Amino acid sequence: MHEPWWITIPKAFLVINVVMVFFALTTWLERKLLGRMQNRYGPNRAGPKGLLVPIADLLKLIRKEAFAPSAAKQPLYILAPVVSMFTALAAFSVIPWGAGWTVGGYYVAGSVVNVPISLILIFALGSIGIYGFIVGGWASESKYSLLGSMRTCAQLVSYEVSLALAVLGVVMMGQSLSLQDIVDKQQATMWFFIPQAVGLVVFMLGGIAETSRPPFDLPEADTELVAGYHTEYSGMRWGLFQAAEYINMLTLSGLCVTLFFDGYHFPWVHSLDKFGPVWFVLKLFTLVSLFIWLRASQPRLRYDQLMRFGWKVLLPAATVNALVTAALVVAVH
Amino acid sequence: MTVVPNTLKGFGVTLKQVFKKPITQQYPEYKRPVYPRFRGRHRLHRFENGLEKCVGCSLCAAACPADCIRVVPAENTPDNRVSAGERYARIYEINMSRCIFCGYCELACPFDAITLGNDFEISEYNREDLIYTKDMLLAPPAKRVPVADPDLYDTPIPYYKDHA
Repeated sequence: MHEPWWITIPKAFLVINVVMVFFALTTWLERKLLGRMQNRYGPNRAGPKGLLVPIADLLKLIRKEAFAPSAAKQPLYILAPVVSMFTALAAFSVIPWGAGWTVGGYYVAGSVVNVPISLILIFALGSIGIYGFIVGGWASESKYSLLGSMRTCAQLVSYEVSLALAVLGVVMMGQSLSLQDIVDKQQATMWFFIPQAVGLVVFMLGGIAETSRPPFDLPEADTELVAGYHTEYSGMRWGLFQAAEYINMLTLSGLCVTLFFDGYHFPWVHSLDKFGPVWFVLKLFTLVSLFIWLRASQPRLRYDQLMRFGWKVLLPAATVNALVTAALVVAVH
Repeated sequence: MTVVPNTLKGFGVTLKQVFKKPITQQYPEYKRPVYPRFRGRHRLHRFENGLEKCVGCSLCAAACPADCIRVVPAENTPDNRVSAGERYARIYEINMSRCIFCGYCELACPFDAITLGNDFEISEYNREDLIYTKDMLLAPPAKRVPVADPDLYDTPIPYYKDHA
């Protein structure tokens, strides 16, 4: 089954918009959940249950003056948030939302593009996205920004190693780098979070660090650095960085759902699989809520703790997991 | 290895709060009663026969650390009797944008003519509107704030502490 090339364009348009809406919903959900976990109501004024708060945020950010330091390196300063946002959105293109449908005689695949190396593509885009954070901090010609982007650089590069190694076990069990194939394999055997429990834990912890979410939010630790790499950004440029961060979190949750929780499939009942996107979104937001819960519960790590945890706990755990998985996969075949 | 159970305990603490009712009070809809001795908007008082208590002595203006009270006295005459004393306040103004609500004017007043009320919703859009004249201070406040029951709130352990 092959889909005509032009179907990708409306699909990309749809996915980008859906992801943007999810980003808005995530900011709302985060405020609401954080509020309830701190005995507050959270947003409850703008719209029903405060649901219009993200729209109000958007209007405020767009209307705000786009201030730039006079010493900022101009093309890079403006380009940095754009790069971050672009890579964040592009990474979502390979994540499958459903098994694929036949619409009006045309076959429509579940992801925007189904490339055989989709997993590598996501990691590559993530690595390019880091450039946005680093260049943004450096190009604003501010000490705080530079310190923030150095921290970001160190943290993201350290945890990317563990993250990629944690995924290696899944790749070996799925015998493929394509997310679609990995989902099919899980459907044929079992959800990979059971045999790859260690991989899942390492992936989640590494992922939280990769998206600079609390308790690994050292790149923008408000109490220590002013705001990290985006200190000198304001208005919608700052908004782009923030959006990129939240969309990265969504991508990571989506990747986690796809790799460990069978993507868009409903457990046991196969007849419900045609509602794939519903199950995918449900699983996605369960993970996002977990991220928010973690933020409300745990204090931020110290910098040396962060580095020690990344290199001395996560990396060995991911390596041993990958080696054991490799041995078992060879033994079974 | 107490790190893992202690970390998980933290999750339990936050999760428990989700199922509790938030303690936030929704302000414009719900106004928590102020303490009976709360220092809010000023009021000038009259005797029961209608004469003003203020005799224009300017002791309140002298006591005011923010220097926000202006008093211009005038003599009472038989055909224009305003206050109970010899003189009365021809002009009595409080600049509420400078007032710090310390209550010294109330302490300084020998006739209990000025007191601080319970009303705190006194924002205005213009600075000029914050200069309160004698007429405004003598009249009852436009916006009222509920006052707490002194038996419940004016005690060593206030009501809200054991009824959270």
